[in-house]
Amino acid sequence: MIPAPFDYKRAGSAAEAISLIGQYGDEAKFLAGGHSLLPMMKLRLAQPAVLIDIARITDLSYIRESGDHIAIGALTRHHDVENSPVLKQHVPLLAHAASHVGDPQVRHRGTIGGSIAHADTASDLPATTLALGATYVVQGPNGTREIAAKDFYKSYFESDLAPDEMLTEIRVPKMNGAGWSFQKFNRRAQDWAIVGVAAWRRGNESGVGLVNMGPTPILASAVSSAIAGGASVADAAALATAESSPSSDLNASAEYREHLAKVLVRRALEQSSN
Amino acid sequence: MKIQMTVNGVPRENDVEPRTLLVQYIREQLGLTGTNIGCDTSSCGACTVHVNGESVKSCTMLAAQADGTSVTTIEGLAKGDQMHPMQEAFMQNHGLQCGYCTPGMVMAAISLLEENPNPTEEDVRIGLEGNLCRCTGYHNIVQSVLAAAKK
Repeated sequence: MIPAPFDYKRAGSAAEAISLIGQYGDEAKFLAGGHSLLPMMKLRLAQPAVLIDIARITDLSYIRESGDHIAIGALTRHHDVENSPVLKQHVPLLAHAASHVGDPQVRHRGTIGGSIAHADTASDLPATTLALGATYVVQGPNGTREIAAKDFYKSYFESDLAPDEMLTEIRVPKMNGAGWSFQKFNRRAQDWAIVGVAAWRRGNESGVGLVNMGPTPILASAVSSAIAGGASVADAAALATAESSPSSDLNASAEYREHLAKVLVRRALEQSSN
Repeated sequence: MKIQMTVNGVPRENDVEPRTLLVQYIREQLGLTGTNIGCDTSSCGACTVHVNGESVKSCTMLAAQADGTSVTTIEGLAKGDQMHPMQEAFMQNHGLQCGYCTPGMVMAAISLLEENPNPTEEDVRIGLEGNLCRCTGYHNIVQSVLAAAKK
């Protein structure tokens, strides 16, 4: 399968990339690692007339400690997130979740920013960064703005990013020793999660993100509120589906997903509470 | 568009359509047909090659994205009659049945050992998650990789 024809442009900087996307508008797509976009183009689910390759903007590939958070350049590959000593120390949940994206070959190419901008509810890193209370930094023709992860995801593959904006940085608060757990339930190797849970807990504070439980990644706020109010793990986990609206597909019915979410949230909280 | 890259140590320069996949470029333009196309959807790993020393699925990468890189395919491993230690290990441990997945398995396995020179059996199984063997001959494939790691 070969993608439909397109023009290929390579951007050397974020400013150049934004200028190019402004020039070509809706016809153009950014290409980072390409591991979500190229499969869609091969299936003709996407047919951009212009691809703007941003993967060589090397100054957007970094992982830096910055006060109370870790700043991750949008073009940092999953492989580098997974193996980062800084993230293993300060945000181990994210490093671990990155090690579950696709397979090693995919992680050598795919980027954290690409995964988040793609806004796939079935992907691991959108829900994980949501659970962690991340902030996304985006750059457009009029400068940069920050978007809280909880305000970013709008619907299936839709985010708050404007057509002429580019995600440049992901800021993830340090976990400060919080317990954590990443639960990914799938039937086959390298598959997307049928349901996934990213969770952390520090005393009565917690964050729980759900993968594939609705049109967007879901922040299970009812669970965290219950924990904050002193509820048991079992009682809190029973509220796992309070905000979700999963769909049925070949892998699972909505009812099965709801059952799974409650079981996986309970396991995740048990693990995070130790 | 014009692209140039080093493939198995040989500098190459060609005109390609932007939509040309790396695997297509390798097989059709360079005539290196050792790299197989299996699923064509980045699931099976039969098309695995190295770009700058790291395993990638060449069906899910544009030739344009590999412009300026160094690419190694299965043909680039042996030195004359001298097989690469991983190829040798696959041969000695019968790490293949039909052989279709083998080039991708070997390339993925070499990349795996680069990153983790002393893997456990579980590390190998997880590390080869991106490569499918339809003969389901995984047992001997894993034994081959463990044997190569010991060399």
